[in-house]
Amino acid sequence: MSPTPNELRDIAKIIRRDVLTMILESGSGHVGGSLSAADILTALYWGGMRVNPEMPQWEDRDRFVLSKAHASPALYAALARRGYFDVKELMTFRKHKSMLQGFPDMQRTPGIDASVGSPGQGLSITNGIAMAAKRDEKTFRVYCLMGDGEAHEGQVWEAAMTAAHHGLDNVCAIMDRNMMMGDGSTEDIVALSPLVDKWRTFNWHVIEVDGHNIDQILAACSEAGTVKGRPTLVHARTVKGKGVPFMENKPEWHDRKVTEELYEEAMKALS
Amino acid sequence: MAEMGLVDINHSVVETEATNRGYERGLIELAERGVDIIVMDADLAGSSGTGEFRKCFPDRFLDIGLCEQDMMGTAAGLALSGKCIFITTHGMLAAGKAWDIIRSTICYGSLNVNICGADAGLSSGAAGGSRQSLEDVAVMRTLPGMTVIVPVDAVEAKKATMAAARIPGPVYVRFAAARVPIVTTDLTPFTVGQAAVYRQGDDATILACGVMVYEALKAARQLEDEGLGVRVVNCHTIKPLDHAIVNRAAVETGALVTAEEGSTIGGLGGAVAEALAQTVRPTPIRIVGIEDRFGESGKHEQLLQYFGLTARDIASAVREVMARKRGRQSETGSMARG
Ligand SMILES: Cc1ncc(C[n+]2csc(CCOP(=O)(O)OP(=O)(O)O)c2C)c(N)n1
Repeated sequence: MSPTPNELRDIAKIIRRDVLTMILESGSGHVGGSLSAADILTALYWGGMRVNPEMPQWEDRDRFVLSKAHASPALYAALARRGYFDVKELMTFRKHKSMLQGFPDMQRTPGIDASVGSPGQGLSITNGIAMAAKRDEKTFRVYCLMGDGEAHEGQVWEAAMTAAHHGLDNVCAIMDRNMMMGDGSTEDIVALSPLVDKWRTFNWHVIEVDGHNIDQILAACSEAGTVKGRPTLVHARTVKGKGVPFMENKPEWHDRKVTEELYEEAMKALS
Repeated sequence: MAEMGLVDINHSVVETEATNRGYERGLIELAERGVDIIVMDADLAGSSGTGEFRKCFPDRFLDIGLCEQDMMGTAAGLALSGKCIFITTHGMLAAGKAWDIIRSTICYGSLNVNICGADAGLSSGAAGGSRQSLEDVAVMRTLPGMTVIVPVDAVEAKKATMAAARIPGPVYVRFAAARVPIVTTDLTPFTVGQAAVYRQGDDATILACGVMVYEALKAARQLEDEGLGVRVVNCHTIKPLDHAIVNRAAVETGALVTAEEGSTIGGLGGAVAEALAQTVRPTPIRIVGIEDRFGESGKHEQLLQYFGLTARDIASAVREVMARKRGRQSETGSMARG
């Protein structure tokens, strides 16, 4: 039974609260980009992807690559809430001997399909998994979540060409287009616009959505599944720091310690 | 050392072949045996040794274009799905261009990706310094879980290729485009991680890899005429280093020379020095290699001479470490007397 739109919104809120608690507890971590991706991850793990938390290694599961690996708190919260491991583990994030390393490590965390760290690398991995699926005549799909600042990395565009050239229609990449990176706005630092046109000229099927509207993201995932011969890019317009007003669109909240006081204020906004 | 099945380099005409060719034969045999391999190349199939494989197994060949970074990441994805990957490009591109991706996706995930540096060392000759990869062994060796192999000749190159396919984690294998002497045969034992003693001797040991094993054997022969018994070890696996053989050489012969066709910083010489400095008593070592500089254009044999990588250079390095060993012996002798 799939969750109702209201239930999905509540799950996304719980993930955001978890993110803040984890980062308060660990004393470090990437807040802004995690909050911006919370609705996308909710859509993927609660309907968009075919997965089974009881069998994280199930051969026919859809795969997920968190190319914007710094949003690991949001992914860990989603995995825990989805039942891959005990929610209590979230409090060990970034601590010594934790299964939840700073960046996703497939050898430690159930539900992680690929170890990732540096931005710019995930789409290539996604393509490799998708190529293997085609060779093995598997029907699972491969999802990849990227940041927009990440698209400054040349490797992203190498991978964009590869996916299109090989007609990887089992690839669905989602770009968390929050217009912000670490130091400020993508458009001020090195402009990415027109980003949608870039993907189109790279021969991708592009779907534009509101990245905080879970219904729209789910619809985009379904549409991507019907596209033949081309990979799909879901261009998800988002707000960095979404859900916590004083963090929204503030690049300083890319990677910053949360104090007790601000934590309380943030949790109030997410109650 | 009949049991080693070596070519008698003193009495027969020594044949030569590029080790790239041995790599290619290994790939073809793996595919023929039904191993689920995929060979990736970045627009260098013509020179790197994968051209023939491409003809024989087009479905198992993937040319990714001039996208070395994407090649490493795509390889990681394919390996995550159980494929056995062989990546080929110029040594310095294979080891250097996408080092972060090799590190953060392939090694961090302990994936079965075999990275093959073709045209490595000085073997691209005429192309000169920008192309010649002298640092590849050093930068690959620092990566956790990475196995590093430098085969001695085309025969061993094939064996190393077949062996790499069976190693579950990442492997870097270095090949040469230039023709290099064939010193081993199909009968010569080869096990990853186990160095092989090719010649016995108790006065000093030469630990060599790649083409330098041939030069080391010639050097040992020259030194024999001077009455010295020099041990020669093929250290084809730089990582994991065969500590047992290295330690035994240090204890039994007391003077070591390492020889490699690469930088003297961080390669075989570095590995041996690190190992010995921390284990048995310090042993005089001389690292023969290219000293902190780029290569340059020329024929491969010419360059080996120019950079001091010949039997003659190795022989004088042996004399030097032996002198240090004797100096130390008389020093400790006089200390004992005094
Ligand atoms: C290769 C590399 N470059 C830079 C960094 C530091 N870094 C990590 S995330 C990031 C900004 C990414 O911005 P974006 O992709 O837009 O992420 P989001 O805004 O969604 O958090 C930077 C500069 C890094 N870890 N590795």
